[in-house]
Amino acid sequence: MKVLMFGWEFPPFISGGLGTACYGVTKGLINNGVEVTFVIPTRRGRENADVRVLGADEVPLLRIEEIPFIRDSKLMKKRAKIIGISSKGPVSPYYTSKGSMRYMKFDASYAAKTRRVATRINAERGSILEFAGNYGGRLFEEVENYGAVAESLAFLENFDIIHAHDWITFPAGVRAKLISGKPLVVHIHATEFDRSGENMNPHVYNIEKYGMQNADKIIAVSYYTKNIITKRYGINPKKIEVIHNAINREKQIQRYNIKKKNGEKTVLSLGRVTMQKGPDYFLEAANLVLKKIKNVRFVMAGSGDMLPKMISRMAELKIADKFHFTGFLKGMEVEKIYAMSDLYVMPSVSEPFGLTAFEALLYDIPIIISKQSGVSEVLRNAVMVDFWDVKKLAGTMIALLENDKLARRVVEKCQEEIKNISWNNAGYKIKKLYEALV
Amino acid sequence: MVSVCFYFQVHQPFRLRKDYSFFDIGANHFYEDEDANREVCNKVSRKCYLPTNQAMLELIQKHKGKFKISYSVTGVVLEQFERYNPEVLESFKRLAETGCVEFINETYYHSLSFIYSKPEFKKQVIKHRQKIKELFGQTPKTFRNTELIYNNDLAKFIEDMGYKTILAEGADQVLGWRSPNFLYQPAGCYKLNLLMKNYKLSDDIAFRFSNRGWNEWPLTADKFARWVHGMSGNGEILNLFMDYETFGEHQWEDTGIFAFLKALPEKVLKHRDFQFITPGEVSNYYTPVAKINVPYFVSWADIERDLTAWIGNPMQNSAIEMAYAMEKEVMASKNQELIDVWRKLLTSDHFYYICTKWFSDGDVHKYFNPYETPFDAYVVYTNILNDLKLTIEQLIHQQ
Repeated sequence: MKVLMFGWEFPPFISGGLGTACYGVTKGLINNGVEVTFVIPTRRGRENADVRVLGADEVPLLRIEEIPFIRDSKLMKKRAKIIGISSKGPVSPYYTSKGSMRYMKFDASYAAKTRRVATRINAERGSILEFAGNYGGRLFEEVENYGAVAESLAFLENFDIIHAHDWITFPAGVRAKLISGKPLVVHIHATEFDRSGENMNPHVYNIEKYGMQNADKIIAVSYYTKNIITKRYGINPKKIEVIHNAINREKQIQRYNIKKKNGEKTVLSLGRVTMQKGPDYFLEAANLVLKKIKNVRFVMAGSGDMLPKMISRMAELKIADKFHFTGFLKGMEVEKIYAMSDLYVMPSVSEPFGLTAFEALLYDIPIIISKQSGVSEVLRNAVMVDFWDVKKLAGTMIALLENDKLARRVVEKCQEEIKNISWNNAGYKIKKLYEALV
Repeated sequence: MVSVCFYFQVHQPFRLRKDYSFFDIGANHFYEDEDANREVCNKVSRKCYLPTNQAMLELIQKHKGKFKISYSVTGVVLEQFERYNPEVLESFKRLAETGCVEFINETYYHSLSFIYSKPEFKKQVIKHRQKIKELFGQTPKTFRNTELIYNNDLAKFIEDMGYKTILAEGADQVLGWRSPNFLYQPAGCYKLNLLMKNYKLSDDIAFRFSNRGWNEWPLTADKFARWVHGMSGNGEILNLFMDYETFGEHQWEDTGIFAFLKALPEKVLKHRDFQFITPGEVSNYYTPVAKINVPYFVSWADIERDLTAWIGNPMQNSAIEMAYAMEKEVMASKNQELIDVWRKLLTSDHFYYICTKWFSDGDVHKYFNPYETPFDAYVVYTNILNDLKLTIEQLIHQQ
């Protein structure tokens, strides 16, 4: 499986949040046996040791009139040779063959526009475009140019699928699809609504929507984002798959409009409420914590055969004003409850792995896990207690609730430990998604 | 002279939104399931309140003052009539105008407040009294507590509030060998009359009327009147207490319950020693034959006739204690709207839904329970209390 990936940031060349996410996705895919060619506007002459990165400012543009469209990328390369140009030489895709007509029909106006832009850009055969590759004043022009380069790349590169990260690369992704006929996945890390609220830039919005409409599949980084894509962009939810990246807690708190009482903290345990998960130890420990500190709430999220017993026991302890049950949660509710939480507790009696502990870290929450969970083997820096040691569990909760610095350190160390695993996890899901499309 | 004393309970709670979740706490202050409340009120009005009130009015007119009845209509159902079915309210007013109908006092919110807060109890009783005066032009002299929950202390409290008569369940554990068919006096009281429900004959109508497995089925007015007349010589007053919804709602129209009701007064009055009276009139005819000592609470619910339908399991206790623990703060807010919201949450039905008794009474509980399980009911209830608590804390903080 080979993927041609379009991004705007990639470490070490330029790396904001998007770059970090793209790096994670790429590493995860590579670890799952996918070959990735990552395209960014410019590398500034530097290299990335373990990922094949191409700068758009290194790709010579092809001329539009010369090369008929061919679906098969291997054939395309051959064709390039036949007409006497190497893959580095000037070639240009042309929209007149049968295959390409389908794509023109698919969006004739766009195809026409593309040709015009490409023609304008490609005044000179084999010319190289310059990219600042930042988010400066020439951004829209560079986005267009990047798209023109994508056309050439779609012709020159050999790949099975196209993957584009956020709106800035969507024109590139769609053009590469038009040229190659390969399926397109667009990856939404943030929408214009996230960035600008109701004062969004309509031009950006249009590009986003155009990318989403022409994609074969959309990856959203959260259910929140998926909800925006369906509601604001009118995209069929079936076309969208949620694959989580690392999530910024502050952002989530903002997104879900979470307001907390001054200094009040929330402790979460999420999962099936069954004997194996040790919900009773969580409840008893919560009761002990409440005897020491008042400004805290506990949430037991999930459903299971022990739920009635837990509700009844909580009632017996008379802590209904501090201990809450949500029942089974899904999608945005899960994101919201994580966003509300300051500490995650997984007191499993026996747990082959314990994915929710991972999830909590993904959501940037410190965790306490039982020594009896499989995940404790990986998370050597996590705070661990024996599931049966309710007093210790309570003491540990208090320590983490009262010492923010300690809590932050726990999160950061654990996140470092699981970095690879969470990348691989996301990479695996994306690979599956590719396989369904190819 | 032997008297038959009918008293009917009219009540509908303000049901809560079943989907009120943890996420609503602090964000959503609308607790009532308005759709469900409107629907139930419409349905029961159509099936029971309107046709039964009409039947009662016709019976009173037909018997020219000889047929008398009494009602306890809770404040919360009156509010719902005002909101959804004003025509029901009008028909009760017409009944009040006949002079043959007594309106009994209870707690406005059909609450268990006597057990948890005497000051709150008193406020709710007075609020209900004022509501009755305002709507029906009567000042009640008779009191019945929610679900006929009763003990000596309650009787004393009620006597001190100036009432003449109080109603209670004629439970076996209270009466022992004695018959409910006499006028009694609560232990510790000197003026208050005590009427005790004849649960055998009351439940023959309320619960067994349509039961085809019952060896007395079908129950006709003739047969029932014969049983009533059988009291002659060994009783003075027959107290038939039941939910008003018996007519048309619990016993559907096609069971013949309306025909039974319409025929009964005539059959009873055929015997010249029998008459109908209301609870407020008992002292005109009888004096108490003995004092009844009820140190522990009794009620008319379930086979235990105790409080376990509303309190006893840990969830019920937690819920009700949490609710009453808020009284001071709620009152301190001086916000009438919030006080009303809180009081509606004290209605006993909310705790009834959290009952976990699943033996022979389980069926009845299930019939009246909008929730799938008592655990759901508890979680919703405490979520709502938590929201109210936050709201009040914020309000007090602002002040």
